[in-house]
Amino acid sequence: MEVPILRQGQYLIASIQSALTDADLSHLREALIAQVGRSRCRGVIVDVTALDVMDSFAVRTLRDIAHMARLRGAETVIVGIQPDVAFAMVQLGLTLKGVATVLDLEEGLAFLDGRTKDRGLDTRPKRPPSNPPRG
Amino acid sequence: MADTKRSVSVSTRTSEAPGGGALSESSAGLLRELVAHLRQNRTQLREEWARRITRAELLTAMTEEEIFAEATAVYDNYVEALETGTFEALQAYSRRLSERIIPRGVETDEVVGIVLLLRDVLARSLFNKYQDNVEKLNRILDSYEPAANRIANTVAVGFVEERERIIRQQQEAIRELSTPVLQVRERLLILPIIGVIDPQRARQLTEQLLRAIRANRAKVVVIDVTGVAAMDSGVANHLVQTVEASRLLGATVIVTGLSPEIAQTLVTIGVDLSEMATVGDLQGGIEEAERLLADRAAIPGPQPGREPGTELTR
Repeated sequence: MEVPILRQGQYLIASIQSALTDADLSHLREALIAQVGRSRCRGVIVDVTALDVMDSFAVRTLRDIAHMARLRGAETVIVGIQPDVAFAMVQLGLTLKGVATVLDLEEGLAFLDGRTKDRGLDTRPKRPPSNPPRG
Repeated sequence: MADTKRSVSVSTRTSEAPGGGALSESSAGLLRELVAHLRQNRTQLREEWARRITRAELLTAMTEEEIFAEATAVYDNYVEALETGTFEALQAYSRRLSERIIPRGVETDEVVGIVLLLRDVLARSLFNKYQDNVEKLNRILDSYEPAANRIANTVAVGFVEERERIIRQQQEAIRELSTPVLQVRERLLILPIIGVIDPQRARQLTEQLLRAIRANRAKVVVIDVTGVAAMDSGVANHLVQTVEASRLLGATVIVTGLSPEIAQTLVTIGVDLSEMATVGDLQGGIEEAERLLADRAAIPGPQPGREPGTELTR
């Protein structure tokens, strides 16, 4: 099952339509990374709205995509995680820490617009770390 | 249900009528005789029963007229169940009766009490009638006993089941009421939590919140736990999970109202609070939320260089 990857401006959008096997996921990862390198891509959106479940391999693959894309100069955002899937993920301890996640495609594009505008600037922490801890 | 063998045996007599074709035919005749007697003496037996109910101070939530009216219906259903040997009508009546009297505050022991009183009233009247013929009395009681036990059982169980149904209904309603998710501004949700959180409620809370985030396209959620008295590690972990799951849907969670006791508990049990933004009170939390919404650089999800745990002291 080949996942269609569309180009929108400087972004790539991978829309997952149905459950994917491990092989499909690996293939998607390779395809995305290859395309990110080929074109001057600034952002990657992976849309998982259609997925009813996400196992540890799927989560790991998404993390890999995000890390590899960043090495190639692109930001990644995962969109469309369903409430039930999110619930199951946190219960199983499957985290997407370090990977941006937003509600849907519209939010995803807004996110990338915001991020790619900021690229090259220092992303300062919102609060200085010297704040005394609460307690 | 009507077929389960859970008879309450209140007499020492055997609860099964002796078998055998000839005997069972005569026991059918005896049953008819018994039912006829109960019908003939309906008025005085019913009054006797109502008197004993009042004397035993049962059904105090009801007036005498009401007791008499219900007593009539119960009596007639009782006799009919004896006569037909079927208990569906009695079961249905028992449920309807329970629906009527439970909101009036009638307790289980009262319902069981009045049914046993009726049983006693009828049994005594049988003793009176057949006291000169002990052998016949024995056979009459052999017919009466199992049916009477079953009736008492049916009515009591019907009452208890209705109570349990109501309790379940109320629990569900309470759960729904007590976890409202409020949209105060566009893309900002507030979830005030009040009272006790058990694992079931915590789970329901999370599911409700996640659906609300999606429906309202919320970017910030303020969870206020001012009204939560205590939190154990299970609930604390649920809270952390709720924060993480919300992030997966693109919403930042700010937790407000952590009491010093709860904060102490959380720290002591080692709950990972680094991912949780906290503010002292609800108002401060809403202000922080509005700041996040206004700030276009405040994008949900952990990003390189951004402190995930935004803590403010108040």
